[in-house]
Formats: sequence, structure tokens, C-alpha cells
Amino acid sequence: MNGILIIDLILLALLLITAVATVEVRNLFAAAMISSIYSLLMACFWTSMDAVDVAYTEAAVGAGISTILLIGTLVLTGSRETVRKAVHWPALLTCLAAGAVLIYGTLDMPAFGDPNAPAQQHPLYSGYTQQNIVKSPVGKSHENVEAYNAAQAEAQAHAEHEGEHAEHHDFYHGHVPNQVTSIIVDYRAFDTMFETCVIFTAGLGLIVLLRGRKGNPLRGGLL
Amino acid sequence: MKDNVLMRIAARWNMPFMLIFALYTQTHGELGPGGGFQSGVMIAAAFIVYGMVFGGHEMRRIVPRWVTDIAAGLGVLIYAGTGVYCMLMGYEFLDYTAIMPGNPGGGAPWGMTSVEYGVGITVAAVMITVFNEITEGTAPEDSTIIMEKQ
Repeated sequence: MNGILIIDLILLALLLITAVATVEVRNLFAAAMISSIYSLLMACFWTSMDAVDVAYTEAAVGAGISTILLIGTLVLTGSRETVRKAVHWPALLTCLAAGAVLIYGTLDMPAFGDPNAPAQQHPLYSGYTQQNIVKSPVGKSHENVEAYNAAQAEAQAHAEHEGEHAEHHDFYHGHVPNQVTSIIVDYRAFDTMFETCVIFTAGLGLIVLLRGRKGNPLRGGLL
Repeated sequence: MKDNVLMRIAARWNMPFMLIFALYTQTHGELGPGGGFQSGVMIAAAFIVYGMVFGGHEMRRIVPRWVTDIAAGLGVLIYAGTGVYCMLMGYEFLDYTAIMPGNPGGGAPWGMTSVEYGVGITVAAVMITVFNEITEGTAPEDSTIIMEKQ
């Protein structure tokens, strides 16, 4: 058991506590703040899993803008939860079923930090994933470290072999160093364009639906 | 909330740092973590925090509605325009080779940067629009969020 794993366990325990607290707390302002804390803990957890881009988005969107928008909504709706029903069994069963399906779906994925997973074996990216290989529950961790060191030595030899053509060798294969951005706006550029269009359409829908409300003192703008 | 000294000072002093960090995220997107979406969200958050403390009408004095309306469309236009430029240069839609034809891979960072600016502008504008439209029903002087109201 290494130190990073202990930090992960602490973070996951805190995540569970904040998730339950978000549901249980009656004051909705407090619930919004606790869900913000949840997102911040989640961002820490992503960072620990080496998914820095996801952590960045989680911190900016989950802890930042959605908390602000939730609080903005609470001004209109009031901040006390009024009705509390007993457990709604159909809803609970639906949630449990959906969760079970999701967990069943993850069974096909390689185990976390598996040194043989395709993502760990790419020579370009293997250096980024050392921490995860060492954390892997698959096999004994010192074997994983040896496998990692062997892969590193191989990559090093490969780099030295290419050394004589260093100035012609395009290490990033024509892509920018951040592989996440490279995939999102180059490999999947079309996809991202329509994601941007979806955001634009959401804003357009808000303008069309809400801006024309009667008696609105702030009426104006282009539309 | 604007009568609260702590809130007023915190909002005023945090805003430049949030904006600078958002710009860093925007311009650094292809080198490190970050990119247009995160940067747009941070820019919007900076303005919205200002709006929450000083009132929506104060925020709209800095960022009027027509600015966010135009910016939301402009971002998509920049993104799609980059693709159309690539087509006009004789390559496929969003094939960044068109930006630097002699240097394969050299155009990618420029294309990505331009595209990320498009994403950032749209996201920032739409997020500010969301805040504007949600708090719209309240009268101008009441659109500050008064915690004591609960």
C-alpha cells in the first residue's frame, strides 16, 4: 500500500460523506455549497489519477460556474426545502438499476492502472502513467514497477536510435504536446464544433424563451 | 450584498486574477491542461461574481447584452470559419495543414488556438447570458443576491 492510494481512499471517503450530506441537508444554500465542495474533492481525485484536464474542467465547471448558477436560481426559488417525502421506491429502484447497469458496463474495461492496457503501452504516453501503474491492484506492484522500468528503457533506446535524425524526428507526430487538446480539437474537431453549437443553441433558447417575459424591466438586447 | 464590505472587496480583488488566469488557460490550452471551455467558464464566473455582488445591472453596464449576444454567435463563427478557411485553401474541413501547407504538423497549433478562441468566446458569452436570463425577473435593484432574504 503506497501513500497515493491512502490519499485516494481518504478523498473517496470524503466524497461519499459530501454526497450524502448534499442530499440530506435541508437548507438549499448549504446544499449548493456542499455540492461545490464535492466537485472540488472530485477535482483533487482526478488530479491524483493523472487526469489533469478533467480535474481542470471539474474545478472550473463543477465547483465554479454551476455553484454560481445554482445560487442564482435559489434567489428565485427560495432556499428552504419545503416538502420531504418518504422514500420513493420506484425512483430508488430505477436509480439502483441504472447504477448496476453502469457498473456492469465498466467490467469490460481494463483494471485501473493495468500495465497491459492499450493506453499504458503507447511509447509516447507511457511516461505520464507511472503513478497509475504503481497503484494498480492487478498483480504485485513491484512487478508493475519492473514492467514500467523495462518499458521506459525501451522507449529510451528507441529515442537514442532516432537520435541521429533528431532534427527530422517529429516526436509529437504533428500534434501539440497536450494529447487531450490534440484529440478534442484536432482528431475530433468536428465533434467539438457541434458541442460548441449545442452551447450556442442553449444560450439562444434561453434568450428566446426567457427574454421576452412580460413586465420584464430588463427587456432589450438584440432580440 | 453590495453593502457588505467583505463581499465588495473580495469580488473586486478577485476579478483581475480570475481574468488573467482565464487568459492563461486560453492561450496555454494546446501546451498544458486547459483550453477554450475552461477559460470561457472562468471568464464568465469572474463577471457573474461581480454581478452577484454589485447587481446584474452593474454587470450589464460592463458587459452589455448586445456584446454577449454577438459574442455567442461570433465564437461559433470563428470555429466554423477556421474550417471553411481550410476548405478554401483546398484541404478538408478543419484540416489544419491548410494553415501552414509546407510544414506538416506546423499548422495544427495555430488551427487549434484559433478554434479554442472560438469555443472560449461562445462559452463565456452563453454562461453570462444564462446568469442574465435566470436573474431577469427580479427588479434591477433586487437582482443582487441577498442572503438575508432567506
